[in-house]
Amino acid sequence: MARKIKMIMAKPGLDGHDRGAKLLARIFAEAGMEVVYTGLRQTPEMIVSAAEQEDADVVGLSSLSGVHNYFFPRVVELMKEKGLDDVLLVGGGGGIIPEEDYDSLKKSGMAAIFGPGTPTTEIVSFIENNVRKR
Amino acid sequence: MFDEKVLQKIQAGKDNWDQGPLAKSLSKSPEAKPVFTTISGTPVQRLYTPLDIKELDYDIDLGYPGTFPFTRGVQPTMYRGRFWTMRQYAGFGDARSTNERYRYLLKQGQTGLSVAFQLPTQAGYDSDHPLSMGEVGKVGVAIDHIDDMKTLFDQIPLDKVTTSMTMNAPAGVLLAMYLAIAQEQGVSWDKVGGTVQNDVLKEIICRGQYIYPPKQTMRLTVDLIEFCQKNVPKWNSISISGYHIRESGSTAGQEMAFTIADGIAYTQACIERGMAVDSFAPRLSFFFNAFTNVLEEVAKFRAGRRYWAKVMKERFKAKDPRSMMLRYHVQTGGVTLTAQQPLNNIVRVALQSYATALGGAQSLHTNSYDEALCLPTQQAVTVALRTQQIVAEESGATDTIDPLAGCYYVENMTDRIEAEIDDYIKKIDAMGGTLAAIEQGYIQKEIQNSSYRFQKEIESGERIYVGINRYTMEEPPPTGLLKVDMSVGEIKAAELRNYRAQRDQAKWKAALDKLRQVSATNENVMPYVVEAVKAKATVGEICDVWRGVFGEYRPKEFI
Repeated sequence: MARKIKMIMAKPGLDGHDRGAKLLARIFAEAGMEVVYTGLRQTPEMIVSAAEQEDADVVGLSSLSGVHNYFFPRVVELMKEKGLDDVLLVGGGGGIIPEEDYDSLKKSGMAAIFGPGTPTTEIVSFIENNVRKR
Repeated sequence: MFDEKVLQKIQAGKDNWDQGPLAKSLSKSPEAKPVFTTISGTPVQRLYTPLDIKELDYDIDLGYPGTFPFTRGVQPTMYRGRFWTMRQYAGFGDARSTNERYRYLLKQGQTGLSVAFQLPTQAGYDSDHPLSMGEVGKVGVAIDHIDDMKTLFDQIPLDKVTTSMTMNAPAGVLLAMYLAIAQEQGVSWDKVGGTVQNDVLKEIICRGQYIYPPKQTMRLTVDLIEFCQKNVPKWNSISISGYHIRESGSTAGQEMAFTIADGIAYTQACIERGMAVDSFAPRLSFFFNAFTNVLEEVAKFRAGRRYWAKVMKERFKAKDPRSMMLRYHVQTGGVTLTAQQPLNNIVRVALQSYATALGGAQSLHTNSYDEALCLPTQQAVTVALRTQQIVAEESGATDTIDPLAGCYYVENMTDRIEAEIDDYIKKIDAMGGTLAAIEQGYIQKEIQNSSYRFQKEIESGERIYVGINRYTMEEPPPTGLLKVDMSVGEIKAAELRNYRAQRDQAKWKAALDKLRQVSATNENVMPYVVEAVKAKATVGEICDVWRGVFGEYRPKEFI
């Protein structure tokens, strides 16, 4: 049997808005992934260490307090330092992540930023199509 | 409300209509969908008649405004005496820029202030703490110490305005700063009016700005309530909040039920402290959401008022009618706003404000149309304030009290929501109370299930949301969004270094040592918090004292 996709859902920073993160965690689990939700107040170091410990294939970052430009690239950087380059990094934060930030976040190493109104099915298929194969 | 004969006649008429005109119409053209539901998923009948409220007893269930069970409102004249307080939640960047926004809002006819603090302050960290990186001044104003607070209220007379502070685990620290500034302005504490949120249970349930474990954080909550009861009699010492419960996905009924469950827990804790119920209950206040389904919201508010009055009278044996009044602030539903076609949000907010007025709130924050995208721009804030002014001055909703009373649908829904609240309270009681229900994840899971149902309805197209799954359009990216200056973090860090170096070290250390010592006993900490902020202790330092004494809360996650 194929190994399940292992996913870390993470909330970087002090933002408490976790409705989306929890909802997606449930939807990813229903789609057959193995999901670990980190809970709130994660530093980039904590997120990367969770990814390493869990041998995650995907890390999802959710931020609605406007700190994505600080936190997302920092997670990418630390992942690289740990040699976790092949872990898929995706993020979202509704309309609070303006479209004008997408390019720079992707350039920094995020595989995708999902904007407001993205159907969850689209997020699931993006992950399934782009996750590393083992 | 109707005698048996009248009801029989109505029943006969209804049967005739069902079998005649209705059946004929349905056979020609069916209705648009098989089941109609509110946004909370509650089924809605085709038609409501007196038959749907035949159990309603006017005197017992509705009564009169300002009298038990307060279904029709908490004051005898409601908005004919005075409109609700128009209170826009605001704060960003440093204290100086937020002070400018406050003075602008007051000049525009706003009647109360509401402080949005940055996340580090809410989580009890100073602006230069490693966890504050990137967050300083972002979603609220950066307040680290009493001098920041002084700047925040510069030229604002604290005996003239009332101030609401969204502050929970560290509520006592920020209240202490406010009270110290009032003293400096020459305003005695019995003249200071306002609210601190101080509702730590909902932080654990859904909002996430907790610091200490439930029992210890509840102790601080009760300390604050007790202190205000003795020293700041006009201060609302807690704002028990359903707003965030709703934002995180609950239904209207769950919002009211879980808020009342929290209210019961706080009341119980105060009574266990030795306070008489009527000594503090009149200063318990509440905070709710308003969504776009106007009639469901009105029913929710009415049901909540009636249920809370009964809880206070029957469960807690309150005698003072003021103890039984569900007095509340409303904020329109943040989560109902769309990033798509943002101007549509003005209409949503208008309907939500109308629901709030028809529901009988004591104060209101109207969201700005651009808030799904950024902190509100000045233009958007002005439209939001004008929206509630239009509802107050032009809509007519304020001319008569509880105008929807007697509406068959609204009365039926009021009863139904009250029954839902009662059902939840009984379940929670059976689990051992609110804290136990939270520890078991029961409340969190109920909310998450509703959030999941809503998402599925949207994605299947079963529920239509304008601009999301219907009436969508290609749009250029939005422009003119408010950007918070990222340099606030660096400026604050430098300022803090200076501040800590220049204060009277001996006085500062003595105040924190005393606070630490008292926190480990059962004595009320508040007087010592006031001394600590006067001795220039920062928010982070005071919260660290308590981290040392109480430990930190690490929640279990329930997915």
